[in-house]
Amino acid sequence: MSTLLPMGVETERAPLRTWMIPVVSVMLGSLVTIVPVIFPGGLLPPFGLMVLLSWRLLRPESLKIWSPVLLGMFDDLLSGQPLGSAMLLWTVCFFVIELIEIRLVFRDFWQDWLIAAGGIGFVLLAGRALASPMEAHVDTILALQILVSILVYPLIARLVGRLDRVRLST
Amino acid sequence: MAPPKNRRPGFSRRAQYGLFLGYVIAAAGALVGAILLVLSAIDPTGFAALRMSAAEATAPVSTAAASLTRGVVSIPHAIGDHFGTVDENRRLRKQIEANRELLMRARTLAYDNRRLKALLRLRERSSDTIAVARIVSSSGSSTRRFGLLNAGRDQGVREGQPVRGPDGLIGRILEAGPDVARVLFVTDPDSVVPVRRTRDGLPAIATGRGDGLIEVKPVSIGDPLPKPGDVLMSSGTGGIYPPDIPVARVLRVGRDAAIARPLAQPGTLDVALVQRAFFPLPPPLPPSQNAPAPGVAPPTPEAAP
Repeated sequence: MSTLLPMGVETERAPLRTWMIPVVSVMLGSLVTIVPVIFPGGLLPPFGLMVLLSWRLLRPESLKIWSPVLLGMFDDLLSGQPLGSAMLLWTVCFFVIELIEIRLVFRDFWQDWLIAAGGIGFVLLAGRALASPMEAHVDTILALQILVSILVYPLIARLVGRLDRVRLST
Repeated sequence: MAPPKNRRPGFSRRAQYGLFLGYVIAAAGALVGAILLVLSAIDPTGFAALRMSAAEATAPVSTAAASLTRGVVSIPHAIGDHFGTVDENRRLRKQIEANRELLMRARTLAYDNRRLKALLRLRERSSDTIAVARIVSSSGSSTRRFGLLNAGRDQGVREGQPVRGPDGLIGRILEAGPDVARVLFVTDPDSVVPVRRTRDGLPAIATGRGDGLIEVKPVSIGDPLPKPGDVLMSSGTGGIYPPDIPVARVLRVGRDAAIARPLAQPGTLDVALVQRAFFPLPPPLPPSQNAPAPGVAPPTPEAAP
């Protein structure tokens, strides 16, 4: 719990925990939508996506490149979006982050936040285009939802940082 | 932050293929997602079985948590109630006086109505309640407006049945699983409810906007728009929603549509009544026996049933 490993140091550690904690935390994020509060307009941030992006940006090796396919499918089953939307959009996010990572090698949290903001905005906007007809009046609420999600992201990143300590502690 | 570890796994062919395979799987997965999206666009309730089994698992959790939050939320409410009682009392007394006269008039009207209907022998379909259950969660992070109802096929709930709350119409059943069902709220952009104004029966169409409000358009172009404060009831046209369920109250009037707020506030609703569809869709017709089979002469009218 107390000893932390520097990045890139490979030691034999419990292999289950290293991937279970990221996966389960993303699934728990998707499960936030089952809280028994009925939202008249959708303002709930997409917690599953935010946890996923946090893991990806903090620890690129913690999740496989294909993991958003399965995690996105789990999210689609719960979120009310048409099946396949998170599967597609989350995976696209991973590919784009991969591309950014080639260019932008030295990053700090501000860049991570910017990338995550772009990812959240992209997924929510594209999800809206896929789920609701164009004439639906959801754009104001959608803008608010994106803003709230971007502002909440640092908290999620902190939480993921904590979980990462548990994940990598020997 | 230090650059992340270079993830090219050295010169091992096997590891390189593994990494490449990961990309291939991810791209294939994204493609499958896109195909599923197209399928969902063609048939929106196509993956109902999958979704309902997920909901089946989450509904008990939501239900348990709901009873907890209801308990906690009711505490400040109860304190507020205690201090507001005196004012409330005075206000209600005044309201009773005002309502008495209205009640007398309404009684006369109801009597008249009953008499006249009997005179006309109007065939009224009763819309019985099929199930009473709680709405336990909603699609909070999506732009669609769905709710999860804690009753399903085993309780007699079927697709297309209307759902109402104590205050007004909530929506209709979209997908029914064994013990849970998904409700399309009237505020969803895909929801359309035929309504009429309570005052004079002016017909209109109420469409959800997706942001918790409803857009009301008159049925024919020449008709006036409803005024702010008008209450709209379901009209029974279309056969899903039974008539005379309160739907919405008009907030403001725009250029070609009025904006209304649903009377059943999805934020506060707890108990929902599932009712029989007003005029349910007829069962699918059996395959026609009159269809001419290839090579066979069409049957004579006597032979056809």
